[in-house]
Amino acid sequence: MKKGTRLALMLGAIPFLTLVFALPLVNRIHPIVLGLPFLLFWILLWVALTPLILFLAYLLERKYNPPEEGDDL
Amino acid sequence: MSIALIIIFGVILFSAGVGIFAGRNVKMDLENWTVGGRKFGILLIWLLMAGEIYTTFTFLGASGWAYSKGAPAFYILIYGALAYTISFFILPVIWRIGKRHRLHTQPDFFVTLYRSRSLGILVAVIGVFSIIPYLQLQLAGLGFIVEVASNGAITSNVAILISFVLTCAFVFTSGIKGAAWVAVIKDILMIAAVFIVGFGVPSIYFGGFGKMMGALMEKMPDHLVFPGSTPNMDTLWVMSTILLTAMGFYMWPHIYGSVFSAKSDKILKRNAIIMPFYQIPIFLIFMVGFTALLVIPGLENGDLAFLDLVNKTYPAWFMGFVGAAGAVTAMVPAAILVLFASTLVAKNIYQAGFKPQASDESVLRLSRIMVAVIMGVSLFFALKYPNELVPLLILGYDGVCQFFPGTVLGLTWRKVTKQGVFCGILVGVGSVIFFIASGNDPFLGINAGFVGLVLNAAVTVLVSLLTQNKAGKD
Repeated sequence: MKKGTRLALMLGAIPFLTLVFALPLVNRIHPIVLGLPFLLFWILLWVALTPLILFLAYLLERKYNPPEEGDDL
Repeated sequence: MSIALIIIFGVILFSAGVGIFAGRNVKMDLENWTVGGRKFGILLIWLLMAGEIYTTFTFLGASGWAYSKGAPAFYILIYGALAYTISFFILPVIWRIGKRHRLHTQPDFFVTLYRSRSLGILVAVIGVFSIIPYLQLQLAGLGFIVEVASNGAITSNVAILISFVLTCAFVFTSGIKGAAWVAVIKDILMIAAVFIVGFGVPSIYFGGFGKMMGALMEKMPDHLVFPGSTPNMDTLWVMSTILLTAMGFYMWPHIYGSVFSAKSDKILKRNAIIMPFYQIPIFLIFMVGFTALLVIPGLENGDLAFLDLVNKTYPAWFMGFVGAAGAVTAMVPAAILVLFASTLVAKNIYQAGFKPQASDESVLRLSRIMVAVIMGVSLFFALKYPNELVPLLILGYDGVCQFFPGTVLGLTWRKVTKQGVFCGILVGVGSVIFFIASGNDPFLGINAGFVGLVLNAAVTVLVSLLTQNKAGKD
């Protein structure tokens, strides 16, 4: 696997860790952040960070993968 | 005629006009009708995908779930973000294969990847059966919104019939391009409605999100953590449902198919990056549902929470505006659903199964005829059985999810075979039907569709390993 793809996949795992597998740990009301119960704040935070994570993955793929993407079938 | 009525009719007619107009100067062949000639840039792809994804369920279901179920509704906010993350990795590859082999639909993709016509037919049949309840739900949701928004002046059935004719008209003439153009209107109206109401009602009644949430946390704190106000939607259910829906999301035949209308693979990648921003309106819709719970508690049907609160808070003309936004919000997904269901029937069932020598022209002709037939079937069910939709839709979602192992393994694992994928899909769909029919959803606290998906993946791998010599994959 190309280095850029590997790094991008590692970044892509972050939303799954925070928004699925961490849910049992954050299923609570306190502490209240920005007026929201902690569970909802946590979800909103990571949903909002997902585009940034994907953008970073995009940059890493561009940096480390050969310029002509395409036929990696 | 009331002002609300004029707004609703005006917007519906204008949208259909734009949809029909979008197809002018386009020579309609199968390529242009189903995938817009593979010419859509980032803006049109974004609007089209957002148009497919934000349906009447977003308006009514998300606020209704926040109202009646509480925290389990948060899964709706999450799964989209994860689906876009998956799409970042797989859609560009699917697009490249589609471009090289001139594919139009999801079954086309399976036929090409596994060199198996029967696998294509299986995928097409499951696809069509999954789409019909989804389409029905759009029609029923549309009727519901317009009836409430017009204060009963337009009955649900009349609204469904009118929008049915108009949607068929612009799908027939302009294909996917018509749907994409109407999606522009839909997105603007819906986002405006959601922002106005989402910021509006919490501040009108409580002076802001924080104060409203504070009141709710004091009154019913358990509503805001899993399992909320439900008996069986605990953390495990939420986790398995998120995984299932995130993987199933792009497996819907109409969303899969619209991938091929992008101009390049990079556009899909960039689109995946910006799509999660589109989740923010869902947060606002939750806020409306929570406000409704405090202001108008005790509604029997939670799906009414959004509309009832708007009705109580805003003047009648604004209700008309929300009704119009809701109607167009149903028309766009309905258009794309019916377009791809028709193409599946004409190309992947009729041509692939019965008449391989049929020309592209006759496939397109049949697709266009099927638009009216499939809409007609959905219309019949929407009018006759308006209340039995949701279980069918769950079955549909669980059904299309079963295409995920065949898609991802096909792109990443050289040893996967058509026999493996065929058996996997059958076991996945079969076990889901069994769990739901026998009242075992959730199964041990886990979403039954997810159990089916795991069984499907296991069978796909096992049978693939057993059928290595007969492997028919590139």
